[in-house]
Amino acid sequence: MERRTFLNIGGLAFGSMLVPIAGRAIAAEELIDRMAASLKKPLADIALNAATQAGASYCDVRIGRYLNQFIITRDLNVENVANTESAGVGVRVICNGAYGFAATSDMSPDGVAKAARQAVAIAKANARLQTEPVRLAPVKGVGEVSWATPIKKDWRLVPVKEKAELLIAANRAGMAGGASFMQSMLFQVNQQKYFASTDGSYIDQDLHRLWAPFNATAVDKSTGRFRTRSSLGAPVGMGYEYLDARAEHKVKAAGGVATLYTGSYDIVEDARAAGRDAKAKLTAKSVTPGKYDLMLTPEHLWLTIHESVGHPTELDRVLGYEANFAGTSFATLDKWQSKKFKYGAESVNIVADKTTPNSLGAVGYDDEGVRSRRWDIIRNGILVNYQATRDQAHIIGEKESHGCSYADSWSTMQFQRMPNVSLEAGEKKLTPDEMVKDIKKGIYIVGDGSFSIDQQRYNFQFGGQLFYEIKDGKIGNMLEDVAYQANTQEFWNACAAVCDRRDWRMGGTFFDGKGQPQQISIVSHGASTARFNGINVINTARKIG
Amino acid sequence: MSILTQEQTKRICDRVMAFSKADECRVTIKGSRNGNIRFARNTVSTAGLADDTQIEVQVAFGKKQGTATINEFDDKSLEKAVRRAEELARLAPENPEFMPAVAGRQFKASNTFAQRSADIDPEFRAQAAAYSIEACRKKNLVAAGFFNDSTSFETIANSNGVFGHQAETALDFTCTVRTEDGRGSGWVRRSARDAAKFDPREAADVAIEKALRSVEAKALEPGRYTVVMEPAATSDLLVYMLNGFDARSADEGRSFLSKKGGANRLGDKLFDEQVNIWSDPWDKDVPVLPWDGTMLPRERQALIKNGRVNALEYSLFWAKKKGVLPTASAGNIIMGGTDKSTAELIANTRKGILVTRTWYIRMVDPQSVLLTGLTRDGTFYIENGKIKHPIKNFRFNESPVTMLNNIDEIGKPVVIGGDESAYSMLIPSMKIRDFNFTSLSDAV
Repeated sequence: MERRTFLNIGGLAFGSMLVPIAGRAIAAEELIDRMAASLKKPLADIALNAATQAGASYCDVRIGRYLNQFIITRDLNVENVANTESAGVGVRVICNGAYGFAATSDMSPDGVAKAARQAVAIAKANARLQTEPVRLAPVKGVGEVSWATPIKKDWRLVPVKEKAELLIAANRAGMAGGASFMQSMLFQVNQQKYFASTDGSYIDQDLHRLWAPFNATAVDKSTGRFRTRSSLGAPVGMGYEYLDARAEHKVKAAGGVATLYTGSYDIVEDARAAGRDAKAKLTAKSVTPGKYDLMLTPEHLWLTIHESVGHPTELDRVLGYEANFAGTSFATLDKWQSKKFKYGAESVNIVADKTTPNSLGAVGYDDEGVRSRRWDIIRNGILVNYQATRDQAHIIGEKESHGCSYADSWSTMQFQRMPNVSLEAGEKKLTPDEMVKDIKKGIYIVGDGSFSIDQQRYNFQFGGQLFYEIKDGKIGNMLEDVAYQANTQEFWNACAAVCDRRDWRMGGTFFDGKGQPQQISIVSHGASTARFNGINVINTARKIG
Repeated sequence: MSILTQEQTKRICDRVMAFSKADECRVTIKGSRNGNIRFARNTVSTAGLADDTQIEVQVAFGKKQGTATINEFDDKSLEKAVRRAEELARLAPENPEFMPAVAGRQFKASNTFAQRSADIDPEFRAQAAAYSIEACRKKNLVAAGFFNDSTSFETIANSNGVFGHQAETALDFTCTVRTEDGRGSGWVRRSARDAAKFDPREAADVAIEKALRSVEAKALEPGRYTVVMEPAATSDLLVYMLNGFDARSADEGRSFLSKKGGANRLGDKLFDEQVNIWSDPWDKDVPVLPWDGTMLPRERQALIKNGRVNALEYSLFWAKKKGVLPTASAGNIIMGGTDKSTAELIANTRKGILVTRTWYIRMVDPQSVLLTGLTRDGTFYIENGKIKHPIKNFRFNESPVTMLNNIDEIGKPVVIGGDESAYSMLIPSMKIRDFNFTSLSDAV
C-alpha cells in the first residue's frame, strides 16, 4: 500500500504517480563521493563496544548513505530535478531478551556511542513489557566482505540534461502517438549500506536501482471520455544501461499486440505505443461480464503474485504482528504444517529468491547480515514455506534465517520484508502464441492496473493496462472496462498452464508499504505468461451525473 | 533542536535571504518530534521517538528554479544550501509554467497547538497501549494497535516579504481487536489535536465490542443494499473524489468534472442536495495551517454546496492562464450533517447493513471515480432498526458520486483521520441506498 510518506506530485490527481520525498538535497558532484569501508569499521566497532559494555547480548550497526535523484516531467516541460541524500547510523541491540533501537545522523564517535547506549536503555525499558525473549537464529560472522549491484553504467555519471531529454523525447513520442498529455519520471537510487554485528560480520554493500514510469492520457473532448495507458517497463536492480534499448531485449506479445521488454527498455518506443493505445482505448469495445480464461503476461501477473502469494506468506502477518495495519493471512501455520494445503494447481511453483540478477531485491546480504538465498514457497501447488527473519526462523522449525530483513533507512529498524517472490517458468515448451491457440473464450491482459485485496488475502480484484478478446484460439479486438475478481486459492488452482523460460520476465515496485510507522520496500516478481481458467470478469463502466 | 520558536526561525529565514543572489528566494522550515508505541499479540512490539528539523531553500533565476534541503542551521550550512539551490537553478531547464513567489499575503493564525499533546511522554503512550492490552487479555481477545503523537512547527518565508510561523500538535490511535479463534474482529480510530479529547478506554471498548459482536458472521448474497456507513467507511472514498476537484484536470478533460465539449462542471448539480462539503483552516474541530505549499492563504471554501459543484481548486499557474484568482489547496475536509447519532440512523433502517470501515480502496476508473475496496472489522445486518447479526465482509465497486446521490439520511460529523490520506476530516455517518457490493470475502 502506498501511504502518507508520498507526495502526490504535479497536481494530477488521477493516474498520477507518487514520489517519496526523503533526505536532503545535494549537489550533483557530491553524489559519487563514497565513505571508505576502512573508515566505517572503526565507527561500527565503537557502537558494538558501547552496546556490549552497556549490557547488550547482541548488537548490529547499519551505517547508511542513501542517494536519490528524481527527474519529473509533464508534457514537454521538466517540472523538477532533485538530488537527495540521507546519511546516518542505526543501532539495534538485544538486552534482557528485548530489542532496542536508536539512530543518529551524528556520525562522530561520541554520537554513535551515545546512540548505542540509547538503544540499550530502550531495550531495558521494553524488556519489562516483553512476554517472550527474542531468539535469533545463528549466523556465522563473515568477516570483512563487500557486495555491489553489478551495473554497467552508473546513473550518477550520466548528465541530468541527457536523462531529462530522454524523458521529454518519450513524452513527445507519446503525444505524437495519440496522447493528449504525458507525464514521465526517472527514479534513481544508490544505497551505500555498511553492516556490522557482534557476530563478527563487516559487510559493505553498494546497491543500485532504477525506474522510469510514465503515464499517457488520451482525451476525446467531443464525448468527454479519457483513458490512460502507463509504462510497460519494469523497475530494476540495474544501472542506467537499462535505458540503453537493445533490439535483442524486445519481445512481441502474443498476436503482436504490444512490444515488451527484458534486459533493457525502449522508453521512447513504449511511450509512442502508449499514446496510440490510450487513444484506441477511447473507442474499444466494453467487455461482456462473465467467466473467461485469462492469459496474463508477466507485466501484469507480477502484481497478482505480489498481493496473493507474496503478502500472505510473510511470517509476521501470519503470526498477527501486522493485524492493525496490513492485516493477517489466510495461509495459517496449520495449513503449512499439514504439508498438503493446495495453494495452487500442480503447475504452480513459486520461489522466494534474493539472488535473481537484475531484480530489486537482489543483495549480497540482508539487513541482519544473512547471505542471500533462494527457497521454495509453493512446490507443485503445495504451500511449503514462508518468509522469515532471524527472530522468526525457530517458529517454523528453520535453523537459519531466510534473509528477509530490511529497513528502508539507516534511521528505521529492520524487520521482515518480502524477498523477490516469483512464479517459475513452465517445464513444457510453450510460447504465448501457442497458449492462445487452445483458448476458446478468453481475455489477454498486458500490464498492471487497479489492485485491491482483503486483509487476509482471500478476495482480490485486478485491472490492467491492455485487454484483448481471445476467441476460438485467436486474439481479437481490444476490450475495455475489464477487471477480474477471484479468491486466491481458487485462482491459483485454476492455473492451467505457464509458458516456458523464454517468456520469463520481472515486474516490481519501489513502494511496498508495511509496518507502523510505515516503511517502504522494493521488490521484484518474475513470471512467464500464464493461463487461468474460468475466472470471473466484471464490467467496470459506470455512468454518473 | 526540533521545535524552534518564531523568533528563531525568522532569524534563520532572514539569514538565508541575505545569502541569496537569485532573483527570488523561498524558505520553508519544518521541525517535528514524533513519538509512537506499537503493540500486537497483546504485547508491546516497538516504541520510538524521532526528531527531525529541515530547511528547504528554493531559488529562481528567471524561470529556472532550484531546490536544496539541509538539516544544519549554522551560517556556513545555510549559505551552502543557498549556493546549491542556485547551482541547480542555473543548470535547470527553463520551466514555461514557472510562477513567481506570492506577494502581499498575510495569514490569520489557526488553533493547531495544544500543550497537553506536546506534553505527551512515554508513560502516556504506554498507558494508551496498556488499556487495550489489559482489557483484551481479560476477555481472551487479542489486541494490536498503534499510538502516534507529534509536536511540530512550520515556518514559511519568501523574498517578497511573506512570512508565517505556526506550531501544531496531533495524535492518532488505531486498535484492532480479534477473538482468539480469529472469527471476530473489531477496530477503532481516534484522531485529535488535543490529548484532552482522547480517551484510550472509550476507544478500546469500541473495538472490543465490535470484535465480540462480529463472530458467527453469516453470508449475505452480494448485491445492492441500503447501508449505514460510519465515518471511517466513507472518509477515504470522499478523498478520492475530492482529488478530482483540480480545475486544470477538469478543464483538460481528464477528471469526472470534465464536461462533454471541453468545459468543466462547475455549478452543476451532481449530488443529493443534502450534500455540503467545505474546507476551513479555522474549524474548531479540525484546524489546519492557514497556508498551503505554495504559500497561498487558505480560506473557508465550499467545494460542494447543496449538491452543486461550488468551486474548483486553481493552482497559481492555472488561475493565471484562466484569468481567475488562485485557491490554496485544502488542508481539511468537512462534510455537513445533523445531530443524529449512528444509532439513530440504524434505528431508522428497516433492512440494511452497518459498515464500520472500508479498506484497500483503489481507483478502478477515474472517468466515473469508480472505486473498489472491502468492508472490514465490523459489518452487521440491520433489521427493523436493530443490529440483527454480523455478516461476512463484502467487496464493493461503487462511485462516491453515485453514493452521494443516494443519501437517505445524514448523521453527526465526527473527527476522523484518513487511512491513506493526510487530511484532517470531519465526516458524518450516512445512510445510503443501493450501495453496490459485488462479491463476498472470507476475510475476518
